[in-house]
Amino acid sequence: MASESESGAAFSPRNFLASRTRWHALEIVFWLSTLLPFVLVPDYLQLASQIAIAALFAISLDLILGFAGIVSIGHAAYFGLGAYTAGIVSKYGVSEPVLLLVLAAIVSGTLGYVSSFIISRFRHLALIMITLGICLMLYEVANLTSWLTGGADGLQGIKIGPLLGTFKFDLYGKTAYAYALVVLFLCFLVCRRLIHSPFGLSLRGIRENPVRMPAIGAPSDAHIRKIYTIAAVIAGMAGAVLAQTTSTVSLEVLGFQRSADVLVMLILGGAGKLYGGILGSIVYMVARDQFSGINPQYWYFWIGLMMVLVVMYLPNGLLGGLEKLTRRWRGKS
Amino acid sequence: MKQLSIGIVGAAASVLAATVSFAQQPPVKIGLILPYSGQFADTATQMDNAIKLYVKQHGDSAGGRKIEIIRKDSGGIAPDVAKRLAQELVVRDKVDVLTGLVLTPNALAIADVSAEAKKFTVIMNAATSIITTKSPYMARVSVTTPMLNESLGSWAAKAGGTKRVFSMVSDFGPGIDAEEGFMRAYKEAGGQIVGSVRFPVANPDFAAFVQRAKDSNPDGIFAWVPGGVQPAAIGKALNERGIDPKKMKVMGQDALASDEALASQGDLALGIITVANYDHNLANKLNRAFVAAYSADYKRNPDFFSIGGWDGMHLIYEVLKKTGGKTDGEAMIGAAKGMKWDSPRGPMSIDPETRDVIEDVYIRRVEKVAGKLVNVEFDTIRSVKDPVKARMK
Repeated sequence: MASESESGAAFSPRNFLASRTRWHALEIVFWLSTLLPFVLVPDYLQLASQIAIAALFAISLDLILGFAGIVSIGHAAYFGLGAYTAGIVSKYGVSEPVLLLVLAAIVSGTLGYVSSFIISRFRHLALIMITLGICLMLYEVANLTSWLTGGADGLQGIKIGPLLGTFKFDLYGKTAYAYALVVLFLCFLVCRRLIHSPFGLSLRGIRENPVRMPAIGAPSDAHIRKIYTIAAVIAGMAGAVLAQTTSTVSLEVLGFQRSADVLVMLILGGAGKLYGGILGSIVYMVARDQFSGINPQYWYFWIGLMMVLVVMYLPNGLLGGLEKLTRRWRGKS
Repeated sequence: MKQLSIGIVGAAASVLAATVSFAQQPPVKIGLILPYSGQFADTATQMDNAIKLYVKQHGDSAGGRKIEIIRKDSGGIAPDVAKRLAQELVVRDKVDVLTGLVLTPNALAIADVSAEAKKFTVIMNAATSIITTKSPYMARVSVTTPMLNESLGSWAAKAGGTKRVFSMVSDFGPGIDAEEGFMRAYKEAGGQIVGSVRFPVANPDFAAFVQRAKDSNPDGIFAWVPGGVQPAAIGKALNERGIDPKKMKVMGQDALASDEALASQGDLALGIITVANYDHNLANKLNRAFVAAYSADYKRNPDFFSIGGWDGMHLIYEVLKKTGGKTDGEAMIGAAKGMKWDSPRGPMSIDPETRDVIEDVYIRRVEKVAGKLVNVEFDTIRSVKDPVKARMK
């Protein structure tokens, strides 16, 4: 890759990874600017919180799709499981959001770990069917066990207490956004560290050539199981945060539409870049909000147009396009 | 930027001055949340058409204040989106009334917002019983599933003259609710359920289920399937197994004999009995005028979504008249309680205790009138209340 030549004579794996983990000024600016909605658009905070949740979900998908090349169109399985866990447990007296978040992470992670044994055996098209299948099965289980999940009417009686015992989830969405943002940032830190580690590098190796990796001594299957479990944990947390900030869970958290939406956001922003998912969800959700505000009936037309244009002219997503632009600009100056 | 904002402030000030000089109150804002996109888009269209028609006929002001409607798309079943939209309508658009709400999960989700922000909320369709218990500022103008199916159940055992009924429903929320409502009322009225099946929601093959029904030798069949292609499919399966709705009572909720179902089923549908709170064939003066105006503007007949939109707007207008334009939640729900009016669907009112609808429920049979298949009502159950809430007490 390009940066290998940049590091020049003193190239070593350690230096390479260290150079990758260094914080870029733009990154710091970006994270600081996520605080701006509190001041600039205080009546859009609920939307901002849902963008942060979508971004977290997209990062989770990016870990497996963008870095390890595991195609999934059923990622909502873990999102939905996390949401249902947080919602159902809250009915039985546990109302502290952070505790519920941890529980949801454990439950989703467990399912992720179990299914990772199947996932690690297959590639490409087969994976599409398997991931979709797992999600559909979970959807029907939730539909069938309506005594537990509320079935088609959605889960009733969710009781989410104030965050850390003090911050109530308010109508303006202040707590919701702050909470979603903190969870997003912490998970992002973990993922960032992860993908710039030797483990992260071998994931990219698996993405490029899964057969060759074991030949050079890197256990592909074990790596895939690990990253798939981690992605499931994060997706479960995203689902739990949604359940908590909206106090609603319905079958739709496990729906195909949710799996498809997150895939679109990730591709829109650019897969395999970590920031791509975040950028994609910001653009997608804001566009959706604005277009549907202008024309509540036919706004999907504009979303479709946007998707076609992005894929045609920016094959690596919005972030890929931006990178290309900055590179060209640097090249000229 | 600074100049621009000064300009905006100036413009705003002059607008303000203009309104003050006319001594007019600001408009009443109504937040209308409907599934304008996705698979339920058509229901939103039918409802919104009736809302537009109501405003067209009754003017855009009530109680001395102008009415402003803000439309929001919830997509399909998406409680998280519906709730966010309701929150935004309250905190950003400062609406006074929340309404629309076709789907139960969405209606349940916004109940929190209605209760917390103390906003008058009118449910125009969502039909699960418990919804109105979730916010003290909520009223419903549609119907509840138990109102229809329990009415049909007791009718089937008494006036309907059946003794042994077989029940077949789709295996998901609304189907199960329908089954429970029908069976409960049917047994209470002395009927016997000789068997029941639940079939998968998606593309079931009805033949085997119909055969099972036939084997248990019932004198009536209760069937619930979602609207769309399934009513016609089950009609054909019944016919193939030699069950004729003209001889054996085939009963169900209104969607079983919707216009679309009748069109694709043809004469096989003759004799099917359904229960409904509204049909565009209802023979009363108000309804004829409503249907005529509706089909003149939108080139199709109104359905029960339309009537929900129509009566929802009527309730909001009448409440505003009664409060003299006051829009706080307490005043508005207070005015709504016990309100009575004549609707195209017949006489209806808002129960002062439960804030739910009280209305007549019709038993109809598919007949051929002037060469066309229509639902003709032949029995009316007067002033039906939601039976689930009656039992809660």
